Amino acid sequence: MAKELKHADKATQEMFKRAQQENLETVWDRYEEQQPQCGFGTLGLCCRHCSMGPCRIDPFGDGPQYGVCGADADTIAARGIARMIAAGAAAHSDHGRDVAHTLLMVARDPNSDYSIKNEGKLKAIAAIYGIETSGKDIKKIAEEVALASLEEFGRQEGEVKIATTAPAERVKLWREQEIMPRAVDREIVEIMHRTHMGVDTDYKNIIRQGMRSAIADGWGGSMIATELSDILFGLPNPLKAKANLGVIDPDYVNVIVHGHEPTLSDIIAVVSMKDEMKKKAEKVGAKGINLGGICCTANEILMRHGIPLTGSFLQQELAIFTGAIEMMVVDVQCLMPGLDQAAESFHTKLVTTSPKAKMPGVEHVEFHEDKAVEIATNILDMAIENFKNRDNSRVYIPDESEQLVAGFTTESVFQFLGGKYRSSYRPLNDAIIAGRLRGAAGVIGCSNPNVEYEESTISMVKELIKNDVLIVTTGCNASSCAKHGLMKPDAAFKFAGQGLQEICRAVGLPPVLHLGSCVDNSRILLTLRNIVSEGGLGDDISSLPVAGAAPEWMSEKAVSIGFYFVASGVYTMIGHPLPMMGSKNLDRYLTEEIEQEVGGKWAWEIDPIKAAHKMIQHIDLKRKELKLKPMMYEQVLQPAV
Amino acid sequence: MAKVIEVDIGKCMACKACELACAVEHSSSRDMHKIVKEGERPGYRINVEAYGRNAVPINCKHCEEPACVAACPTGAVHRDKAGEPVIVDQERCIGCHMCVMACPFGVIIVSTDGKGVLKCDMCIERLERGEEPACVNACPTGSLKFMDEEDANRAKRMKVAEQMVSAKEQQ
Repeated sequence: MAKELKHADKATQEMFKRAQQENLETVWDRYEEQQPQCGFGTLGLCCRHCSMGPCRIDPFGDGPQYGVCGADADTIAARGIARMIAAGAAAHSDHGRDVAHTLLMVARDPNSDYSIKNEGKLKAIAAIYGIETSGKDIKKIAEEVALASLEEFGRQEGEVKIATTAPAERVKLWREQEIMPRAVDREIVEIMHRTHMGVDTDYKNIIRQGMRSAIADGWGGSMIATELSDILFGLPNPLKAKANLGVIDPDYVNVIVHGHEPTLSDIIAVVSMKDEMKKKAEKVGAKGINLGGICCTANEILMRHGIPLTGSFLQQELAIFTGAIEMMVVDVQCLMPGLDQAAESFHTKLVTTSPKAKMPGVEHVEFHEDKAVEIATNILDMAIENFKNRDNSRVYIPDESEQLVAGFTTESVFQFLGGKYRSSYRPLNDAIIAGRLRGAAGVIGCSNPNVEYEESTISMVKELIKNDVLIVTTGCNASSCAKHGLMKPDAAFKFAGQGLQEICRAVGLPPVLHLGSCVDNSRILLTLRNIVSEGGLGDDISSLPVAGAAPEWMSEKAVSIGFYFVASGVYTMIGHPLPMMGSKNLDRYLTEEIEQEVGGKWAWEIDPIKAAHKMIQHIDLKRKELKLKPMMYEQVLQPAV
Repeated sequence: MAKVIEVDIGKCMACKACELACAVEHSSSRDMHKIVKEGERPGYRINVEAYGRNAVPINCKHCEEPACVAACPTGAVHRDKAGEPVIVDQERCIGCHMCVMACPFGVIIVSTDGKGVLKCDMCIERLERGEEPACVNACPTGSLKFMDEEDANRAKRMKVAEQMVSAKEQQ
């Protein structure tokens, strides 16, 4: 009933066809069922914040222009967007809080299954918080860092300290604009207060609080999640791995971890590699345990252990439809509620593990960090036990997977450019200054059935690298790039412009760099900061020839991410606009006027090639402002300025 | 001249308020909360269809020479008087679905329990009370309007006239 997926990777196309033949419902079928979708919601013109409503504003001007309370389109649309930011920032930051709690537990519990894997980073974070480290026991430092991180969420006075690691000019601007976040939880709570009936009605003021909350996410909660995960699970290093449904192996007990937090999945990864587990699997007739990941949990264990990436957000049901998945273990975020129906059609055991995310009728094995290995072992035992229930006649695995290099970080990636012994950002800055690189772009985000799956992502990324723009990526966008072969070093020679090719050849990098999960967008923020502090490209992020994009965005987290990039001074392009186009004033504010305040702004463009060109034009404008040299090699898209 | 439900698809926001209002109006209690709680399925007699990115409300035209009336073997689908809505007498309906097949607009719908059919009755009871049909009343943008056909025509002609005048003034 649904259409063909013409632009998706081959495995997805094949499995989608199979699902239709077998009458298995997918996200694309449900999307079709929802058509047409309500225009009031799409335009951000409905309000359900009090029971005088629900209210709707007529976008054509004939019907009501005010809600019962008197709120107009601008107020209603801005309040809706602010609440999306609150939800997105809450999701990322609560993830960060959980990692901080785990770090505290490691510090205090001598029998913990976790350990401090990265003392260097622990000390670096300690320095941010002014924690003395010399001569101090590592666990004591960990305890103080964990407590200082937790304080970032509930502090009553002062500022989010880790956000002061942004470039000095940026911090100064945030303070002047009164959008410097005070505490992560406080900013989210304040959004909910301000958007309650009869509080803030000034759309710009509402959005400014949204930005403050988004900064508390990117430069706060998300950054804590990334940094403390690096301390607990180790700093990722470049490694080779495989991606796509073809990594599912019929000879093994296949276990998929899906969701976002690394605390459980990292332990499952470690336990699954134990000899003891292999023997247990062999007893039931399998060759061992084959672990794979979906969504950002996948990215976390891919980055640190090279565990194969089974798929992105839109492939979660398709993985189960292979009939060869013994278990899917989920934690939080981006878990489709439709998963249980998919699992019920096969022998796949779906297990929820977080007290925050249960599903009716689905087995819940609650994960507790203090019994991590024990619980992970139990879960894997359940998967092995389920192997005998597999119906081999229904197994269908597309023979499609792609090689990739992942595991780049703020610390490692650009320092490769400088070589092991004189690692610095200098070569990257020099490449931009000299015109070998036109600039850099972060292309990130989700996948969404409201556009052709992967068309926007892949064509935008190809268009950018063709024009010598280096790409960093995270999340499900990274999965799509991996599946389409853009994360292999030789992708540069196929798709990149001559300048970018030279850099990739010199240091063996792919033209698209995988920086991790969606909380790891904080790595992109810190990378931008490091480029600024290296010098030669202005003294703030807003002066850099860079751009951001989320062409196939879907979640509220993406809205928060977009706003923290805009608030950090980045030109941020998305495909379908934010749900607020019913307010012309808000549209103008977000895409034009906001630049006067924070140096960054939003842009919407569905056509991925046009979107890429607009990003390049922005990069060109910044190059001109910095008086950089003309491009070293002829560009496919001629510089506009 | 009888009034008709005029559809301006340019103003349809796909909110489906018309579908919902239709179901409530044709339920036994006319109480939305009760319908949901008791599981009644009154069904929709107007449907908002997606065509590409457009939302198109499709409803009964109450044709001058209705194919559904001609097809009905029992006289269940009928019109009492010229100019009045085409309605279904559920007592006489034998569930043969001939009217469903005959309707060129696809707006006669097999009822949710599979017996009999659902068809727009233009909210005949509301009309008697001097009210507009429920779908029109629920439409928040005026995409659905209940108006005299000739008034609707005049409104369209005035729009064309306005365009012609402004084109002339630009010359």
